[in-house]
Amino acid sequence: MAGIARRRLLTTTAWLLCGAASARAMTVKGALPWAPGEADPPQPARPGPWVFFTPEEGADVEALADRLIPPDPDTPGGRDSGCAVFIDRQLAGAYGSYQGYYMRPPFQDGSKEQGMQSPVTPAQRYRAALAALDKHCRAAFAGKPFAQIPDDQKDAIIRGLESSSLQLDGSSGRAFFELLLKDTQHGFLADPIYGGNRDMAGWKMIGFPGARYDYRDWVERHNEPYPRPPMGIEGRPAWTPPRSQ
Amino acid sequence: MPRKLPGKDVVIIGLGWTGSILAHELTAAGLDVVAIERGPWRDTATDFPPSYAPDELRYRLHHELFLRPAQSTLTFRNNPSQTALPIRTWGAFMLGNGAGGAGVHWNAETWRFLPTDFTLRSHLTQRYGAAFLPEDMTIQDWGVTYDELEPYYDRFEHLCGTSGTAGNLRGVIQEGGNPFEGPRSRAYPTPAQKQPFSHTLFAQAAREMGYKPFPQPSGNLSQAYTNPLGVTLGPCTYCGFCEWFGCGNYSKASPQTTILPVLVRQPNFEARTECEVTRILLDSTGKRATGVVYADTSGEEWEQPADIVLLCAFSIFNVWLLMLSGIGERYDPQTGRGHIGRNFSHQTVSSAIGFFDRRKFNFNPFIASGAIGMCIDEFNGDNFDHSKLGFVGGGYMGQVQSNGRPMETTPVPPGTPLWGPEWKRAIRDNYLSTVFAGAGVHGSCYSYRGNYLDLDPTYRDRFGRPLLRLTMDLHENELKMSAFLTDRYAEIIQRMGATQVVKQPRKGPYSIVDYQTSHICGGAIMGSDPGSSAVNPWLQSWDVPNLFVFGMSAFPQNAGYNPTNTVAALAFRTAEAIRTQYLKNPGPLVHA
Amino acid sequence: MRSGVLLAAAVLGLAITAARAAQDKQNFTIIERGRYLALLGDCAACHTEPGSGQAFAGGRPIETPFGTVLAPNITPDRDTGIGAWTDDEFVDALQKGVGRGGVHLYPAMPYTYYTRATREDVLAIRAYLATVAPVRHAVVSNQLPFPFDIRASMLAWNRLFFSPGRLAPTPAKSAEWNRGAYLVEGLAHCGMCHTPKNFLGGDETSQHLKGNVVQGWYAPDITDDARRGLGGWSVDDIVAYLRSGHNRIAAASGPMAEEVTRSSAQMDESDLRAIAVYLKDQPGGEEHAAPLAVDDARMRTGSAIYADECSACHTPNGGGIAGLFPALNGAPAVQSADPTSLIRVVLQGAQSAATPAAPTGPAMPQFAWLLDNAKVASVITYIRNAWGNAAPPVSIERVAAERHRLSRRAD
Repeated sequence: MAGIARRRLLTTTAWLLCGAASARAMTVKGALPWAPGEADPPQPARPGPWVFFTPEEGADVEALADRLIPPDPDTPGGRDSGCAVFIDRQLAGAYGSYQGYYMRPPFQDGSKEQGMQSPVTPAQRYRAALAALDKHCRAAFAGKPFAQIPDDQKDAIIRGLESSSLQLDGSSGRAFFELLLKDTQHGFLADPIYGGNRDMAGWKMIGFPGARYDYRDWVERHNEPYPRPPMGIEGRPAWTPPRSQ
Repeated sequence: MPRKLPGKDVVIIGLGWTGSILAHELTAAGLDVVAIERGPWRDTATDFPPSYAPDELRYRLHHELFLRPAQSTLTFRNNPSQTALPIRTWGAFMLGNGAGGAGVHWNAETWRFLPTDFTLRSHLTQRYGAAFLPEDMTIQDWGVTYDELEPYYDRFEHLCGTSGTAGNLRGVIQEGGNPFEGPRSRAYPTPAQKQPFSHTLFAQAAREMGYKPFPQPSGNLSQAYTNPLGVTLGPCTYCGFCEWFGCGNYSKASPQTTILPVLVRQPNFEARTECEVTRILLDSTGKRATGVVYADTSGEEWEQPADIVLLCAFSIFNVWLLMLSGIGERYDPQTGRGHIGRNFSHQTVSSAIGFFDRRKFNFNPFIASGAIGMCIDEFNGDNFDHSKLGFVGGGYMGQVQSNGRPMETTPVPPGTPLWGPEWKRAIRDNYLSTVFAGAGVHGSCYSYRGNYLDLDPTYRDRFGRPLLRLTMDLHENELKMSAFLTDRYAEIIQRMGATQVVKQPRKGPYSIVDYQTSHICGGAIMGSDPGSSAVNPWLQSWDVPNLFVFGMSAFPQNAGYNPTNTVAALAFRTAEAIRTQYLKNPGPLVHA
Repeated sequence: MRSGVLLAAAVLGLAITAARAAQDKQNFTIIERGRYLALLGDCAACHTEPGSGQAFAGGRPIETPFGTVLAPNITPDRDTGIGAWTDDEFVDALQKGVGRGGVHLYPAMPYTYYTRATREDVLAIRAYLATVAPVRHAVVSNQLPFPFDIRASMLAWNRLFFSPGRLAPTPAKSAEWNRGAYLVEGLAHCGMCHTPKNFLGGDETSQHLKGNVVQGWYAPDITDDARRGLGGWSVDDIVAYLRSGHNRIAAASGPMAEEVTRSSAQMDESDLRAIAVYLKDQPGGEEHAAPLAVDDARMRTGSAIYADECSACHTPNGGGIAGLFPALNGAPAVQSADPTSLIRVVLQGAQSAATPAAPTGPAMPQFAWLLDNAKVASVITYIRNAWGNAAPPVSIERVAAERHRLSRRAD
């Protein structure tokens, strides 16, 4: 990521101090700014242990994701396609804290047309809701967490959250359901660089070729299946030379 | 106290399309120009190269290229009985930021408005009688005509290299183009883009139904093009990552790909980025702008004096800066007095989803461009008789699906559960064989007494300035229009061979959550009468003649087309007026 | 005979008047001529520190194979510049590599080329430099390590590699060709970058203009070589490239982009044409390489990477887009003997020249963040051997070494 470091440096040095009477500002003049190696690529999700979740929370989210998107003989489910890893890395990043959102008070409930008005960030919502879910499950299923109860019971709990018939202690079950569902589906269909959609399983299932940038040869091949395999931002297996090299 | 900088001839607030156009035209006239841009500098190879531009999560879901609401937002309510609450994350519209402005992330649909759109109130009154219009509808004429604007539409299209098929060449209707468009002096600079399967199928169905389909005019180019400034654009590769995204291969017209390379070479131009203008300064008479104050990233304030101030921010932020600077009289919906904030409008978009038999139809929805599409214009503006319909206005409609990005474009048939095996199966079975253009029907939105902008009494921005407050709802006229147009649209989708068509007409109340295009307009509207407009037909402030206000804020109401071509044409026209008239005799170009 | 006379006139230019008027500060004809010649010689490239705003005040570090030297101040400042120099001292510096007081210059100063220029042209440059703003800026040029810091060692170097004196006209060739020779071998000093150097930094005269690594870039073969050189370029292609930095095949980046924007973009059309005619007449080498087999593993992986990452700009068949994205198919820069520039451009990107004739200045994004050394090696090997191209494969180790070197470069 040398390019990123260099970019930061460039931005800093571009703040010119043009004498006492003049402003500090990034000034563009004379030529389009450019520096070798400059880039702003995405930050890949690194493999490894949970970053945001505790192991127990991680196991529950994997179990939830695997019910929202169950495995079938052709395509893995939410767990094996990495949805929980995706959510974990997202919650640890800018999204988890609603970075960039207008988060000044006062907060008050509005109409649904007025959109999101909660001070609760996604990270806070997951933490609270998962704790409440854990409490509920352990009380209802003889000390077992969500991850360890039978699938039909899991589905019943999710249906309860969806319909608001199951209230979580101190946390809106429906709001958590909506957040979890959206994040899980995004994890199934986002670029694999973010930890979900492992092996591009979600894209392969629907037939999306991924981060491709040139379909000139196929735009007028009407009603013909697109022949190339999907690729992620980080490429695809065919990019790696055989081991014998 | 802001520290004072050496003066310039011209200060430009915002370096998007209009700022870039004005900066280029006025540096060419020899003026010393500085542009002050709130967001960062952006350039193709470093900010959105093909290797990481196609990233739906980053750019679409997380709004990477857009203004952060934490920096600036507005509050919203449907009507004065509600408490307006802040828009904490974007939904109904997306506001750009940084060099290039919305020109970086637009879809590049490059439409002209209809001749009658510019004389809307006179035209409708003449045809249907004054009583035909709702009492609280505040539409008005623009003070400029299509014929006056035509040369500047032509200039923008040739700046961009717009790809399309002419429908009316100097009054002669052309086969394959839009027969309803106003006469154009020249053909499009490049031929229309190629059309994918579903778009072609739409055109075929429409033709069979007696309509006259034509390709949507596109700033995603069908072939390489070198514009009159000498800047070269490449051919679009139909990647399907256009709207919300920067273009990685120089094939979407934007300030970056058409003007900025030449502009930055002008010795009398400079841009300061990541500097936010906080107010426009007036002299003691209040009739003359003396410059602007802006804050750099450290929050320190600077005064940039200038002889001419050009307000080129996004529409609502133009209105906001006028209010914060005490320029003009703020609109009062009770009395109808004042013009700053009046006639806010948006776009009435709707759609119909077509589900097709996947064994027979493979649309490859990911093969698309931002402005791809086959459209019809039979139901736009006053191209059709409204006398029995009970509404005015209309829109173009078409298969204009610009992408198959899976997080936002995996529609499922009604009744499908939100999750579980049925949902999974449904996205698998429908992804390739569904027609879904979010703005398949691109309707007008007329203005009303109760739709307006003012300042919020409670919420403030990071500098402590009151946020802009939007009061807006959809009116019966627009809802009726949307229902009627969506029905017509659904008939065509049905004719294409869909097994199921799901109509999605626009429904009230107006919501800040669902995306409805970023074409929010009005608030500093143009007109030939200072009694009913904020700026004159040259976009010059009636109150402060060395201040010009560009962009959609000048639209008295919104037509059934995408606005950029009209925004740019107005900018070119004003640039010429400044060069040829204002500089010779600085002062009002029109005497009230 | 007749062509000989024309030729002399073409080469000498304003020789007679120049000799008489060099000292006349009001002789704007000579000064303007000198300005143009200084531009041909691209004096500002080395003698102006980029971003300093002080033209010709020196201080720019110049890389040589032996270390870095700083270009001296050549403004008319009497103490730190050349204001106090006599004309003879100035001519000796440019044409003999001997500075004031008899010190030997390092051949980073292209006196081995400037020696081909006429005294009159040199004095016109002098007349022009006398009119630029004097800047007080003392520069210690010599930053070299032992033993190269001993300037006397240049005596021996000169004996080996320096043949002073004017270029004899070639009567059998046209005046245009001879003008081209005068420029290419003289003031424009093309070989300074494009001719391979021996281990002591002298020109490999047998490899004249056949490509050379300089400043971490490969300055390609500019002979008429069919594959690696300008064989596939017309005179018009060369003129367009030198004028605008772009043509239907290539885009100038790196040091050549600097050269174009600062020097050749401002040259007279007739001089560009003369240079092109002369270069087209420089013989290329034999056909060198056969393409790698398409089923070579590197070709297969390279082809996949190319289709996924490169084709959206360079087009699926490598044809490029004129004025925007360089062609790779048939391009000499792609099939060059030395892949330094190719690797560099893939790893750190490049901005192409922006000129009045071609102001777009498109840039290639960097791929260092995405492609590891093996992938870079594969894709470069692929483009060097696809579509009828042929050039030796690029090894993973070669890419690794270049990545390492680039990580230590400031530019």
